Amino acid sequence: MKYAYYPGCSAHSTARDMHESCMAVSKALGIELNEIKGWTCCGASSAHQTNRELAASLAGANLIKASQMGMDMVVNCAACYNRSKVANYEIINSEDMRRAVADTLGETYDGSVPVRHFVEILLKDVGVAALRKKIATPLTGLKAAAYYGCYLVRPPEATNFDDPENPTILERLIEAAGAENVEWSGKVDCCGGMQNLTRTEITVRRSAAVIEMAQACGAQCIVVACPMCQISLDVRQADMEKLLGRKYNMPVIYLTQLLGLALGILPDKLGFDRLMVDPAVVLKAAKEAVPLKR
Amino acid sequence: MTTRIIKQRTSGGLLRAVEEKAEVGLSACYQCRKCSIGCPVAGEIESPPAEIIRRLQLGAGDELLQTGLVWACLSCETCYARCPNQINFAAVIDALKSIAVEKGLAKPEGDAPLFNRSFLNTVKSYGRAYDLKAIAMYKLGTGSLGQDMDKFPAMLKKGKMAILPPSGADKGTVKRIFEKAAKNRGTGR
Repeated sequence: MKYAYYPGCSAHSTARDMHESCMAVSKALGIELNEIKGWTCCGASSAHQTNRELAASLAGANLIKASQMGMDMVVNCAACYNRSKVANYEIINSEDMRRAVADTLGETYDGSVPVRHFVEILLKDVGVAALRKKIATPLTGLKAAAYYGCYLVRPPEATNFDDPENPTILERLIEAAGAENVEWSGKVDCCGGMQNLTRTEITVRRSAAVIEMAQACGAQCIVVACPMCQISLDVRQADMEKLLGRKYNMPVIYLTQLLGLALGILPDKLGFDRLMVDPAVVLKAAKEAVPLKR
Repeated sequence: MTTRIIKQRTSGGLLRAVEEKAEVGLSACYQCRKCSIGCPVAGEIESPPAEIIRRLQLGAGDELLQTGLVWACLSCETCYARCPNQINFAAVIDALKSIAVEKGLAKPEGDAPLFNRSFLNTVKSYGRAYDLKAIAMYKLGTGSLGQDMDKFPAMLKKGKMAILPPSGADKGTVKRIFEKAAKNRGTGR
């Protein structure tokens, strides 16, 4: 299992926990991630709001680099995943876009590099059966709400991730880790992350709505695969308390953090100390887990 | 439907420019309003998505860009995913934003255009996003330096935001991309 790995800018800033846990889980499962040399920003939401060709060219630069490595490109940040997938889709389906990107980058690119999110690798390439064999401390009894947000599932024809209204990839991985999935209808709702700094109150209200629904359905933690969602739901809980007068205490963790714990990896190797809301309930489940005898 | 769509219009309808820029055909809309129902910010704006389409069809011009209406969008793309006619409304909003900036009409609450410039400027300089600088430039520009100050010390201490600028990126390629985008701006692309 060898891949061209695109960490994305947040991997070294607001989502170091995502990057660290991804690295630790990859190591434990024998997944080889080869970082794309000289990778650059995908342009994120600021580029596509500004100019479509700029957005496709910024993402395209990395796709070309990955194509030269001859491996599938693996992305851990859902936002970068989305931008890369949309760029591929537009380059494949629009001759104008293909020409504009080639003109900008000085290289032709046909949009053919497979772009995959790390959780797809876990489910489809590693597989639940192989994962279960490696689980050391199943997180029995921990109730998790799998949360996808927008970037993984929309637009469906470009991301082609899973059922866009009712995806289950995260649930299947959470189950493999021995935790319990709660049934809830908020998993593809928007956290409001794009307005996190510009119109913070929108983000605070949207994220609070997501957390409230998860809590009402019995979740003890929310499991994400997107740094924008993680930041909005986790860091903004202090603002929810100020604005709405309610304290949620809802840990928001990456799927790779949850899976890493179940694989027996120590919390400090998984970036748990970086979370703003105390993940005590999650760590307790790992601590009290009955180790599997092999 | 309310009749909020009957508003004072400025000259020069935006419909064709938006359709060209976003590569969508808005005549396919039959006002089922699934987009408006699913929109997470419908309650924050004077016209929800389906109404924006109707206003464009009826000849709306710059008044659509002056109120900050289009800048509340979260780009969640629920509208597009649920549209029975596959109208990419998220692309319509992006096109409206881009036109608003080109026409100098974008002064929305929260000043997202300033945030986008601040963010993309760090990408231009370093080849990758430098959050701390982008946020500082944006907050200086909006005079909101005080906001979120309670969070930054903890985030920096926990390593949840990088202090040093990013390194290792292929800056030459990024520079070329931005130069090209600046050059093409005049061509309407």
